[in-house]
Amino acid sequence: MKAEEYSTREVELAGWKARVTSYKLGDTYHCSVDNVSPGAVVARTEGKTREEAENAAVEKATRYLEQTRKVSI
Amino acid sequence: MADYAHPEVLVSTDYVAQNLNSPAVRIIEVDVDTKAYDEGHVPGSIGWAWNTQLCDTVRRDIIPKPAFEALMAASGISNITTVVLYGDNNNWFAAWALWQLKIYGHKDARIMNGGRKKWLAEGRELAKDVPAVTTVGYTAKEPDFSIRAYLPAVQQAMASGSAEMVDVRSPQEFTGEILSPPGLPETCQRGGHIPGARNIPWAQACNEDGTFKTAGQLHELYAKAGITGTKPVIAYCRIGERSSHSWFVLKYLMGLQNVTNYDGSWTEWGNLVGAPVERGAAAASA
Repeated sequence: MKAEEYSTREVELAGWKARVTSYKLGDTYHCSVDNVSPGAVVARTEGKTREEAENAAVEKATRYLEQTRKVSI
Repeated sequence: MADYAHPEVLVSTDYVAQNLNSPAVRIIEVDVDTKAYDEGHVPGSIGWAWNTQLCDTVRRDIIPKPAFEALMAASGISNITTVVLYGDNNNWFAAWALWQLKIYGHKDARIMNGGRKKWLAEGRELAKDVPAVTTVGYTAKEPDFSIRAYLPAVQQAMASGSAEMVDVRSPQEFTGEILSPPGLPETCQRGGHIPGARNIPWAQACNEDGTFKTAGQLHELYAKAGITGTKPVIAYCRIGERSSHSWFVLKYLMGLQNVTNYDGSWTEWGNLVGAPVERGAAAASA
């Protein structure tokens, strides 16, 4: 088994930079979304298609990211 | 490899591919996201969960010596085994594991350059099965805490200016604009950084493919921020894992002599009553 169709791109979710990484392993597409800096994965999903996996991960990541508070300095 | 001070601590994905079945080599995956190993891993590798197997789960600390010995033994690692560590996020927790292996005196511990990201991107073979491992005997050395910074030493260094302090978190964490990385729970009462610290986010030491930058690029990066190694260097982040990555860079790739990882990091300092805190970007760079 090898990762196929490996793809990564940066997007903005809830005002934060996020990186969407997806690839196919066997018959399943895997997707993770991390917060770029520091790069911690905030959502990991699977799907039968890339679109299904990515949409679920982006939706979940957005929910987490929008909870991040900014403090006035 | 790229003129590093200690090139022997770094191996390529090619090396790992060629040593998948070597009895002298044990490959270990340590991820931030502990589900990643189950998804697919380097064939023959074992997964360690940083939050249960590399931490004392009762008090906040690294695992004690008996637990470390048990982990190594159960992983089929003897005192002479070459341990190759890799993981996600450009080897954050692989570096955290290597730091602990060095505390307990394991001689031959290495990092796979580029980590899990590079292995996947190169389309290399992955396995889902967990390999059967024969338990072996392992005896750890007494812990060497010369590579670990505790709070009193950090407080003393801050007060006297006797060390170069490197904060490897993101600029927004450093300035105090956010109290945790985006999307993660807040784990400190106050934002900002230790007065006098320089901000060199850990990821600046890496290339886009996850591999480390060359020794020359690393020296330039740190020198630009005023970190030269003329004094002891203390690296910290939020919980000590990103800073173990930077500790690895400073000690093994750049060859600085006196580098410690303050694993108490901001979750300790930023929760201390009365601790001095600097906010904003004033000291972000030299």
